[in-house]
Amino acid sequence: MTLSFAILTALLAIGLMALVFGVVLGFAAVKFKVESDPLVEQIDQILPQTQCGQCGYPGCKPYAEAIANGDEINKCPPGGDVTIKKLADLMGVEPKSLDAAHGQEDIKKVAYIREDECIGCTKCIQACPVDAILGAAKQMHTVIVDECTGCDLCVDPCPVDCIDMIPVANSTSSWRWDIDAIPIKQIG
Amino acid sequence: MQNSFDDIIEKLDNHELWDFPGGVFPAERKTLSNQTPIEKSPIPERLYVTVKQHIGVEGQIIVDVGQKVLKGQALTKSMNPFAVPIHAPTSGEIAAIHKHVSAHPSGLPELTVEITSDQQDKWTKLCPLIDYQNKPKMQVLAAICDAGISGMGGAGFPTHIKSSPKKDVEFLIINGIECEPYITSDDRLMREHAWQIRQGIDVLCHLLKPKHVLIGIENNKPEAIEALQVACRENPNYRICSVPTKYPAGGEKQLIQVLTNREVPAQGLPVDVGVIMHNVGTCFAIADAIFAGKPLIERVVTVTGEAVESPGNIWALIGSPVAHLLAHCKYKQAGQKQPNIIMGGPMMGFSVTSDLVPVVKTTNCILAPTDNEIAGNNEQPCIRCSACADVCPASLLPQQLFWHSKAKELDKAQDYNLFDCIECGACAYVCPSEIPLVHYYRIAKSEIRVEQEDKQKSDKARERFEKREARLIAEQQTRDEKHRLAAEARKQAMASNGNNAKDKIAAALARAKAKKQNASIVDEQPIAPTKVAPANQSEQEAKTEASDVSTKAASSNQRVQAAIARAKAKKAAAEEAVTETELKEKVDAGDLIENKPDVKQQDNDVKLVSEQSPQAKVNTQADVTDSRPTADVSQQHQEPNKADSKQAKIAAAVAKAKAKREAQKISNSDTASNPAPAAKVNSPQTKISVELAKTEEQQIDMKKRRIAAAVAKAKAKKAAEIAATSKEDKPS
Repeated sequence: MTLSFAILTALLAIGLMALVFGVVLGFAAVKFKVESDPLVEQIDQILPQTQCGQCGYPGCKPYAEAIANGDEINKCPPGGDVTIKKLADLMGVEPKSLDAAHGQEDIKKVAYIREDECIGCTKCIQACPVDAILGAAKQMHTVIVDECTGCDLCVDPCPVDCIDMIPVANSTSSWRWDIDAIPIKQIG
Repeated sequence: MQNSFDDIIEKLDNHELWDFPGGVFPAERKTLSNQTPIEKSPIPERLYVTVKQHIGVEGQIIVDVGQKVLKGQALTKSMNPFAVPIHAPTSGEIAAIHKHVSAHPSGLPELTVEITSDQQDKWTKLCPLIDYQNKPKMQVLAAICDAGISGMGGAGFPTHIKSSPKKDVEFLIINGIECEPYITSDDRLMREHAWQIRQGIDVLCHLLKPKHVLIGIENNKPEAIEALQVACRENPNYRICSVPTKYPAGGEKQLIQVLTNREVPAQGLPVDVGVIMHNVGTCFAIADAIFAGKPLIERVVTVTGEAVESPGNIWALIGSPVAHLLAHCKYKQAGQKQPNIIMGGPMMGFSVTSDLVPVVKTTNCILAPTDNEIAGNNEQPCIRCSACADVCPASLLPQQLFWHSKAKELDKAQDYNLFDCIECGACAYVCPSEIPLVHYYRIAKSEIRVEQEDKQKSDKARERFEKREARLIAEQQTRDEKHRLAAEARKQAMASNGNNAKDKIAAALARAKAKKQNASIVDEQPIAPTKVAPANQSEQEAKTEASDVSTKAASSNQRVQAAIARAKAKKAAAEEAVTETELKEKVDAGDLIENKPDVKQQDNDVKLVSEQSPQAKVNTQADVTDSRPTADVSQQHQEPNKADSKQAKIAAAVAKAKAKREAQKISNSDTASNPAPAAKVNSPQTKISVELAKTEEQQIDMKKRRIAAAVAKAKAKKAAEIAATSKEDKPS
């Protein structure tokens, strides 16, 4: 009698505990759910976001998805070797040199519209992937320099060829210390 | 746990200080320049006042080229808390506002106001704030900001921001260390203007309310220590601390460590450990601004080095080109193989790229060394001797930083706390391989900064790209939705019109029957044979019509009968001297109208075609029989009264449609000429007809109304024709 009672209480106790922990764990699984950082997001973080389409995909996110699905990592000329190296680190593959079929790494540029030649056709506005061109039909257009990614996509649609790609000017804040330091010598 | 205030005071009372790790003892070479009093320099002909001389944002320029300015007149206005104005250093004329070589290691041009001096040196009106103690703090801070004061020790942080901290200040430390070799500007300033420096400290105490003021001066400047001790004798709260000479004791974090043994956290500010530090030069400038109202337009600059004949300290106007100061001190350029001018000290300064580089608020020294004073660049590989680690005042591992910086492993360099490096140059000084270590750190730091900026920019670009995508999708969706709704509305309209059409078809059928009866009575033969040819045509029309309009409409039988009715009507119209071409036109008109997506147009179309019969009947009635009207009228009376007005409207609509068709024809045939007049001619007519029909509606009988409608129609037609002929005339 006592034996069966003991077994019963043990079973009950363990069952109760299992129930309680099950509920706690179930609650925790819902309440403290951690969104895992998906691979596509991580790749997208590395890509330079010029949205230029030189990789053959319509933007950086689609290329990130393609890389996650096994595409080559060396199709991004604006990112250059730095981006390829980072992607190689992330994907656990050997870094390759940039695929020349997709273009060469170039200095940073921004678009500039020669405003007196602009006819206001809005074609460049439609082409701009980051809405960095301001203007309206039959009104002069202009580029918001700070927002321009230098993707080149507005140059081709322009019917009057009034868009130039101008290299970004070097300023004291973006300067990279390429002079020699001043060496010091102890004078006897 | 940081040292408590009382512990620090107790230790200072015992004349004991702490120490910072590392440090070097380079040759001081200060006697070159600190033996003579500060001289006044002649006013240069041209001054180049850089718009941004501090950390923060530049002010807005408020002067124009060609404008005359007085000494001390503001050239820019502070529009932002982090903007500090600049002032005209002397009276003269604004020669240009353009980009000029800057006092920056890169020498890249920056926005500069160029002033041609008139040698009058005439002051603008000054407004001192002598009773500052009775003024609100904000006013004193504003006065400091308006005087253009930013830190004069090196970094150039806006003083008014540093003087309004959010936290309690235990120690106000005045930095008179000046630990770099050669530089003696603060030394001479303290010796000669200790009293005014103390006044500046008074102002800062009023603003900051520190518990204690520590004035740190290196023990290699006994005259300066004495002068300040005299000046501060009255105030027991001001303590002069003689700090052992060791480079870089003048670094902000190092001096805090020496005086209080507190360590400023990485990426933190001195105020986080209850300390605010100001340079003695800044205190002097504050006193000038508050008690004399003078903005910061000149500062003491040490011009020294063995390549100048008479080294010393000069009161240099901000904006004076380096060449002017060197000329004043008799620079011996001819003797130098590689003329090299350094702005700042030998440890942390930089070579200027042009002798037109202007003096800025942070310029404390211009060093013109001879060739044998400066070592050549003879970099050897790192031998891992770790001498650099021993002297690093920030306790970093310089060789590791060098390794990773050189290999461009920026993240690893950051792991070794690259950004805690104060770029003092102690490591490079002791390096037996003569590696310019600081240079590598600076490159790595700037690259990291650029990378971070790029990252920010790319994040922004991503956000904009995604927002644009979302917007395009949303626009597409709204467009699709609109199209769907329009299609639905059209379908609905068709369905309801279909019902109407069914009614009308039924009515037409009844009329046709009545007509047939009449016809049989009168025994008019010619109707039947002529019926055939147009019947085929109109049957086809009816079919297309029916397929479009009345999907749920009448049975095929009814449709056929309706078509017959219509054919009859057409035939009747044809009888009434209507040419075949006109008939064609009608079909055209139908086509034209059908092409229009507008629901109303289709409505008109239906009405136009289905109501052709009664219209035609009006004509035939006049010619042939008397009995028909009564039959017709009785037929019409079966329908509700609405039908009357409807008919009138229909007549108007027909007229309108015809007019429109004409107008379209005109516009088609003659695209160059504007169709507006024709349409205008027609529209009042149709309007009149509608009005006519409406006013007569209740009183006048069917017949009259129809005639009126017919008249209206005819008029519209005529007008259209006139318009057409006039249009045809025009091109000829």
